[in-house]
Amino acid sequence: MRMPDPGTRAGNQASAMTALLEAVAAHGDRTAFAALFEHFAPRIKAYLRRLGAADGEAEELAQEAMLSAWRKAGQFDPAKASAGTWLFTIARNLRIDALRKERRPELDPEDPAWVPDPEPAADDRLHGEQRSARLRAALDYLPEDQVTVVKMSFFDDKPHSLIARELGIPMGTVKSRLRLAMRRLRQDLGEIT
Amino acid sequence: MTASRHPSDALLMAYAAGSLGEPTALLVATHLALCPRCRSAVADAEAVGGALMEDLAPAALNDGALESVLARLDSGVEPPATAPATAPAPRGDARLIPQPLRGYLPTPVEELPWRPLGPGIHAVKLLTGRGGDIARLYRIGAGRAVPRHGHRGNEMTLVLTGAYRDDLGRVGRGDVAEVDDAVTHQPVAEPTEDCICLVVTDAPLRLTGAARLMQPFMRT
Repeated sequence: MRMPDPGTRAGNQASAMTALLEAVAAHGDRTAFAALFEHFAPRIKAYLRRLGAADGEAEELAQEAMLSAWRKAGQFDPAKASAGTWLFTIARNLRIDALRKERRPELDPEDPAWVPDPEPAADDRLHGEQRSARLRAALDYLPEDQVTVVKMSFFDDKPHSLIARELGIPMGTVKSRLRLAMRRLRQDLGEIT
Repeated sequence: MTASRHPSDALLMAYAAGSLGEPTALLVATHLALCPRCRSAVADAEAVGGALMEDLAPAALNDGALESVLARLDSGVEPPATAPATAPAPRGDARLIPQPLRGYLPTPVEELPWRPLGPGIHAVKLLTGRGGDIARLYRIGAGRAVPRHGHRGNEMTLVLTGAYRDDLGRVGRGDVAEVDDAVTHQPVAEPTEDCICLVVTDAPLRLTGAARLMQPFMRT
């Protein structure tokens, strides 16, 4: 079942971002890359700043993330993720490497032990940009206490035990709020019933 | 066969956010290789991360940032569309031990420097995270029991071969069991096959009863 994109303007802009990324992948389109840079680099920098990176580090890593997007554009799959989600994962992985000084264990779908996805039910799954647009809309309707722990999970780089301590609630409550938030968001995507 | 016991949503979200230490991230990623269901949940959690990043107030880059990146596009070592690197010839245990875990093993699994911990039980330490959490492989011989123990912190187990049973039920290939400091258990491997599992602890085990004698070994 498909539903119309919530927030048509944001939806159109998002689809434009996917088209730009595909142009970079297809023929190394520099104009498209520049447009992606204008949109995403300041958001990646904001994300890294929000996680505690100093201004210079965040600047450098945001530039690295965009370079990495240029090099890896061929791996972008618009069926699986929006351009924004894909760039988020690049920025996240670079931050783990550079700021946490740890490796990010990489998945390898070509591995002999990999258990493949079940055949997708034809048109049931939403396109990457549609899912992201619907998620952004759904986030607005989550209860405030759930949004708070979701944001802390993504922006505070802290284990659940510390999030619990900061909010003055038991760790089980942090986990159950995250579970409820995920359930609600995935229901809105039609991923679960 | 797909897994029937999965990491919690909270753990999958922490993985998507990138806030897990490397040992725990390794365990979750190895489960994901075996579990399409959790891969889909992580993809959704990553989309949440993407949405949150998009909604942040943009932080302006330095003047000339775009020009300097554009100038670097051609100087990179890789061309824009990177061909996948040639993979090394698969090892004999490639079907047993999925990536990314296999990449963390210096040798095939049977040649690892296994240390005996007790009758039929061996362990080898793989990785210590910056937060002090530790990833180890355990091998519980077919039909053998791990001494009853509790936990000072959280313990997460991913079964790779065989299966074990404890007070909470059966844990088989691909399954993840999370226990916390409230849980005392005695895992027993099923009689047909050795049970090899990846175990991540964020604090030393607390052995109960006579098993306390084994405590020094469990720290290796």
